[in-house]
Amino acid sequence: MSLLPLVAALFVTAVLFALFVASQGYPAFDALALVGKGAFGSTFAWQNTLSRAAPIMLTALCVALPARAGLLIIGGEGALALGGLAAAMVPVALAGWPVLLVQGLMALAGFVVGGGWIALSGWLRYKRGVNETISSLLLAYIGAAVFNFLVEGILRDPASLNKPSTAPIGDRYVIGAIPGMDVHWGLVWGVLVCIGAWWLMRHTVFGFAVGVAGGNPRAAQMVGLPVGRLMLMACFLGGGAAGLAGMLEVAAVHGDANADLMAGYGYAGILVSFAARHHPLGVMAGALLVGGIGASGSLLQRHLDLPDAATLVLQGMLFVSLLAFETLNRKGAQRV
Amino acid sequence: MVRFLIQPPCLRRWFSDMDGTLVGANGQTPGRDAISLAAIGVSKCFGELQALDDVSMQVDAGSFHCLLGENGAGKSTLVKCLVGYYRPDQGNFLIDGREYEVRNPRDAQHLGIGMVYQHFTLAPGLTVAENLLLARGDLPFVLDWKREKTGLSEFMAQMPFRLELGAQVADLAAGEKQKLEILKQLYLRRRLLILDEPTSVLTPAEADEVLGMLHGMTRAGQLTVLMITHKFREVTAYGDVVTVLRRGRPAGTGRVNSTSVEQMAEMMVGTHIHVAVERSQGRAPDAEPGPVRLQIEALQAENDRGTPAIRQFALQVRAGEMVGVAGVSGNGQKELIEVLLGQRAAISGNILVDGEPYQATRVQMRQHGVYSLPEEPLKNACVPGMSVAENMALRNFDLPPVSLGWETGWHVRPAQLNRRARELVEMFGVRPADPSLPIASLSGGNVQRAVLARELAQPVRLLIVANPVFGLDFAATETIHRRLAEARNGGAAILLVSEDLDELLELSDRILVMSEGVIVYEVTADSAERAVIGRYMAGHETHDKELVC
Repeated sequence: MSLLPLVAALFVTAVLFALFVASQGYPAFDALALVGKGAFGSTFAWQNTLSRAAPIMLTALCVALPARAGLLIIGGEGALALGGLAAAMVPVALAGWPVLLVQGLMALAGFVVGGGWIALSGWLRYKRGVNETISSLLLAYIGAAVFNFLVEGILRDPASLNKPSTAPIGDRYVIGAIPGMDVHWGLVWGVLVCIGAWWLMRHTVFGFAVGVAGGNPRAAQMVGLPVGRLMLMACFLGGGAAGLAGMLEVAAVHGDANADLMAGYGYAGILVSFAARHHPLGVMAGALLVGGIGASGSLLQRHLDLPDAATLVLQGMLFVSLLAFETLNRKGAQRV
Repeated sequence: MVRFLIQPPCLRRWFSDMDGTLVGANGQTPGRDAISLAAIGVSKCFGELQALDDVSMQVDAGSFHCLLGENGAGKSTLVKCLVGYYRPDQGNFLIDGREYEVRNPRDAQHLGIGMVYQHFTLAPGLTVAENLLLARGDLPFVLDWKREKTGLSEFMAQMPFRLELGAQVADLAAGEKQKLEILKQLYLRRRLLILDEPTSVLTPAEADEVLGMLHGMTRAGQLTVLMITHKFREVTAYGDVVTVLRRGRPAGTGRVNSTSVEQMAEMMVGTHIHVAVERSQGRAPDAEPGPVRLQIEALQAENDRGTPAIRQFALQVRAGEMVGVAGVSGNGQKELIEVLLGQRAAISGNILVDGEPYQATRVQMRQHGVYSLPEEPLKNACVPGMSVAENMALRNFDLPPVSLGWETGWHVRPAQLNRRARELVEMFGVRPADPSLPIASLSGGNVQRAVLARELAQPVRLLIVANPVFGLDFAATETIHRRLAEARNGGAAILLVSEDLDELLELSDRILVMSEGVIVYEVTADSAERAVIGRYMAGHETHDKELVC
């Protein structure tokens, strides 16, 4: 496993971004320096980066786990939104219950709803032969529409005037900051889930079976593995991780479910999973990188007056050059 | 850049009549005669590996020359150098006594050298006619279909075998596809044809037809044939001269009619080995077949195109019995194996193992001891991206000692997995003997050995086998046949589906012939007659499509 494609992709991305910024009439080198500074340049930057990395590493698992089963799922955004919405309903229904129990049930609700959403794509693929990449992407749009329909409809808190939201989960149930840092506990959740996913996929009978089913479904069938069920399970777990990301965003950041939940973390997870070659531990490093890019946005805006979307351009460039270098690398390997 | 060092007059004439109306590639056109070929001191290295070491050989014009050798002996490398896919490190080739530099396949084509590969190089979505035209490569922007069709029909009429010009290539059987590959070369008027194991996808009858026709063309002086093969029968029946390569060096050459099969085999493997005679691996005559292990009743299944492939299929296999299923490829054998392996759903019918319904689940496989050796093991039985050790654990990664923990095992233990793989690699002679390598990096024979090791290391009661030695060398074939016979003698029931009639006659106790998705003939091996089996394989509906234009 070589890091060369990643390094090359980062370099090319930096060059492309500098050219892009320069073509808009902004100082290119200052912009690059500000990205570095805004992501990792200070304690404040680090905390901002880490807060963003927490949901991204979870949505990245939504790509990485199905990828082990040979499926390319890119609809994590829908699972995140619906998972977050389901989680936001729990404290409303169970107001007054013990904090840890409610938070646990919120996580469970987010996990199950997000997992079920992505499992739909797996099911369509296995039963009906529908391409899972396309169906998961389309389901993400449907998920967003369902989310808006509910949040602006029956689940809307009448008190939320300008910005339709569900009823607040209440201060009691908010997930707080890690002591001594301005980063919420969601980061720890994310790291633990990544480690758990790595152990599950690389060291257990289940993970091995999923790897066989993804590596060659015909061979898996020949040795009697339930390929469809393994695909479904991998999709469910991946979607569950994205749903958990939605729950953390609700419980630690927003305090209710509203349209801000769909901030693109689901799509950033695709980039991170590819950068990590779908390795559950590599995903954590990738999430730092992409979280950092996101965190640098406000600095770019303040110092250079660059629009916030500049960070999205940077992410997109990174994704495209990463895919290009990975493909080149694989071709090279085949030639030998 | 100048393509050719010298351009002989015959080539210039050839080019000039290429742009005229196409006429048949038979003896009508003067100057279109077979060409001779000589390799002089050809060497080729791939890194550390000396694939070819100072190989010289002479192929006379109009001869049928066979190139024998084990897998990895350098046969393919030699012909790839000849057709310009590789550049030899040293040495050169003489064509009709003149030296040419073949820098790429296009140069070889211009010299009239054509190659037919082991695997098809056809566009499956196009028709026979379109594939033939496509091969020409000099098509105008707008095709005059009327003229081309007439030309193609005339060409086809002169050929010893015919295909329907309008047929979709995807609908052709393997034998017909191979015929089309050869037709393509003849259409392009090749004068030296290189065939890389051309009959591995054909029935004996089809092979005889194709090779007999090529043999006839060599006799008429129209064509020189250089054929890579593993099959001694084809060498003795059609070859004029045989050259044997061994570990990249020429191990001997001689006229076929003065060289015995034993001598050829000895040249190939270097030591005197036992050449299998028919029925050498049959069951001991006193052994009684046991109870029925596998029973198939009224099975129906469709192929990938959704048309019926297996119709009302029934058979029985008893313990201690090897049942061979013969048939022309494309008569439902592939679908039958896939249904039995759980890779394809049946439409209707029953599969009973030990009298119980069988759905190819992991639990049932263990309970009844059902294991298999499918064809193309890398595609059907292995995970290419995983290591040899991991692939060898596909049957038992969820059982102790490989896994340990709650219930049937949660935690896969790499140390145990590797230990077991090393034992199997040793026992079955998988090379290279490093279980940590990705299985896709192994040669075909070694992949097959690794799968065989994995499957036979289980308590086998019923073994489902399909074309187990497809494309394997002599030594690997021997090993695999011996292991199969041992498993049967040990009491396992074996269903052997094969397109190689020699293999079936050698190994099985009972032979069934499958045609159009049903069993049309059954015979015990002792009273089997090649000609009768061949007749049933051909089926009541002929597979040779008539020329319709």
